[in-house]
Amino acid sequence: MLRQKVLALYLANSALDSAVVGWSLFDGTGETRRMAGDEDLPPYPTGLHALRDGWRLIQASPLLPHARGEEFDLAYLKYEFLFEQIVETGE
Amino acid sequence: MNDLPLLSAETMASFAARGFLRFDAAVPEDLNRQFLEEMGDIGPPRPGQKMRRTYGEMLARAGVPQTPAGVPLTQAYPEGSALKRLLDLPLVAGAIRSLVGEDPVFDHHFLHVTFPPAYHEASGGENVSQHYHQDSTIDPRRAFDIQIMYYPHAVTREMGGTRFLPGSHLRKVSEAAIARYQNIRGQQHMVCEGGTLLFLHSGIWHGGGVNVSDRTRTMFKVRINPSRSQVRQFDVSTLKAQETQRPIFYLKGALPPSVEQILMTPEPWHENDTSRLELLNRVRLWRYLTGDPNYDADYWATRIENLADA
Repeated sequence: MLRQKVLALYLANSALDSAVVGWSLFDGTGETRRMAGDEDLPPYPTGLHALRDGWRLIQASPLLPHARGEEFDLAYLKYEFLFEQIVETGE
Repeated sequence: MNDLPLLSAETMASFAARGFLRFDAAVPEDLNRQFLEEMGDIGPPRPGQKMRRTYGEMLARAGVPQTPAGVPLTQAYPEGSALKRLLDLPLVAGAIRSLVGEDPVFDHHFLHVTFPPAYHEASGGENVSQHYHQDSTIDPRRAFDIQIMYYPHAVTREMGGTRFLPGSHLRKVSEAAIARYQNIRGQQHMVCEGGTLLFLHSGIWHGGGVNVSDRTRTMFKVRINPSRSQVRQFDVSTLKAQETQRPIFYLKGALPPSVEQILMTPEPWHENDTSRLELLNRVRLWRYLTGDPNYDADYWATRIENLADA
């Protein structure tokens, strides 16, 4: 049986080789149960390190122009990269 | 009110930059004991009982008044109660005055209890941490509310104290829309002695930690609104005028401690480009708090406000 693991890395800029500032892991195999606040050091120093470890990039945040009058408004983490691993669980 | 110990300019700048102030073991032990006695005991886990019911029974029993939103803070709690005594502590009253000004208003409060694994096992539910969120809803104001988190007993890391992200308060997000973020560099977990207080800007991203210890964890939160001006309410006698802008980028050594140094210190989670916007937004918050529309630090505002049309 195939199951998906999803890794979200939030990077310091739009380059995959920039530093990880935030991260989340959702494990569809059920082997681990990750949750908010469970780790204070990132799993990889950069997004490129995740690629080298076998994670496949499936989505990256687009770079959007800044609407006039809202140039200085900040909200969500800006550089989100979603990765996956497809894992054979043997079930 | 004038005798209150107001926050210094540097402490206020730290709040403006990072969105929190922490006062360790600031509440006397007798007051912590009174508070916990007023909250009452929590019964042992009961097999099959859902956590919602356990929580509801606890809230009904606890000695916390059902106070209407919007009343003056001075009327929120009965005289002699632990919470009234807590708010009247000079350190607490002085910090509230400094941050939200005169005549603060009660918004809401809540008794947060995080249960150990045995309760979740008995209920058949999962023992997980609370997602990151920003309280209330999208808040476009420059003005802000504060939330006081009161930890009446010691909190260990295993008890899963409040997790929060320093410096996140100026990001305008929609409550649990940030729940996708499990961990962010620089996040802090409240591990503290009994009687510790955490003052938060209402925009701070936070969530309750998972309790994997063998005892319940209790935290009381009260949200407070300003009703009058928040401008120059701290101890402005400690505010030093900035004669000239500091040198930037090309520096031959460390600059001396100052409000500017505090405001211009980034957080570990800052993105490269938006970090500069964070600094700019801190300058704007400092302008608001000091009533100085021309204030700047490290030239971030001055540069982009130069329209070259004089």
